Amino acid sequence: MSTVETAETAPEPASKIELPAHLGGGGEIPTFDVTLRVRRYNPEVSEESTWEDFTMTMYGTDRVLDALHKVKWEQDGSLTFRRSCAHGVCGSDAMRINGRNRLACKTLLKDLDTTKPITVEPIKGLPVEKDLIVDMEPFFQSFREVMPFLVNRGHEPAKERLQSAEQRERFDDTTKCILCAACTSSCPVFWTDGQYFGPAAIVNAHRFIFDSRDDAGDMRLEILNDKEGVWRCRTTFNCTEACPRGIQITQAIAEVKQAILARQL
Amino acid sequence: MSSNVIDAPRSNSAESPKYKRSKGSGSSFEMFAWLFMRLSGVVLIVLIFGHLFVNLMLGDGIHAIDFGFVAGKWSNPFWQFWDLAMLWLAMLHGTNGVRTIINDYAERSGTRITLKTVLFVASAVIIVLGTLVIFTFDPCPAGAVVDLPSFCPVP
Repeated sequence: MSTVETAETAPEPASKIELPAHLGGGGEIPTFDVTLRVRRYNPEVSEESTWEDFTMTMYGTDRVLDALHKVKWEQDGSLTFRRSCAHGVCGSDAMRINGRNRLACKTLLKDLDTTKPITVEPIKGLPVEKDLIVDMEPFFQSFREVMPFLVNRGHEPAKERLQSAEQRERFDDTTKCILCAACTSSCPVFWTDGQYFGPAAIVNAHRFIFDSRDDAGDMRLEILNDKEGVWRCRTTFNCTEACPRGIQITQAIAEVKQAILARQL
Repeated sequence: MSSNVIDAPRSNSAESPKYKRSKGSGSSFEMFAWLFMRLSGVVLIVLIFGHLFVNLMLGDGIHAIDFGFVAGKWSNPFWQFWDLAMLWLAMLHGTNGVRTIINDYAERSGTRITLKTVLFVASAVIIVLGTLVIFTFDPCPAGAVVDLPSFCPVP
């Protein structure tokens, strides 16, 4: 099957802005003009979303989040978006930048094509509340349903629950999830009706299913064997490409599929 | 104040995603459908390429295909079974594929149910007709004179 280049799969053109090799040496940071094309939505004004352009001068070390801050603080205070830690850990500022789901705080402006306006939209498939803020409730509902917490039926131990390095390695990849929803909102199956559990819920189920200290793996596999569970995954790899933590999500989903098959047959 | 309360943007439109996911049925149908797609796919590769090789490459190849050729094959239980397996597996494989596409792309339940009804009726008709043809096929129809297989009695 040949790959069709879409906005989501096409690589960004090479950056035209070069930072000096040793910025720590006090060299001047290059500046450039960028245009941010933001998808605005305000239900108190109109039911229609509109594009709005903001042009500003930014530095080579700035991220998309810095540009959004500059707009909000200096140009239009009504621009609405989520961010908490602003350093790629809290997972608040996932948005669709140039057609791809990314964290605004981890996307450097210089790595994008600054000759054209940079489009910034809310993530897809979840109801937009205002500008870049979506209602995350359907996302968290799926997350809660897979029981994302340790369930242990034995006696409560007096010391820590021991685990070998190999046992820990088994689910290491899926512990990295920050629940930013970049994966789930990049999934075409989720876009249709929001009924699919979505990659993030499966990743967080995987984290406990393959944890040797957990005893509720069977219950989670039963939940994900639902008609809206893992079998709706079409392995399009959108989630793996969207994940800002580099989790091999499609592989994790495939491992859950295999675990369900092994259990049922 | 109540007039100032604003509904969530997509909560009242027909195409809005549901907040509450419908409760699962607890059946493993989707798992078996997924498994069937993989297994039937592998078997179909053998069946279809075997079919193409025997019909198009062996002997006189494509020039040998006429009524007599097909009639000769279907008087042999081996080829009856081969074609029956190919018919059933290909139809079920294709139907299940289109079913998942409808599930993925139809946004309203009404559209989804209508499309799937049409799909299942069409598949059932083709499977039943095809099975009937394979089992009730008469290789030596009365009155025919051309292209009959060699084992037919001479009229």
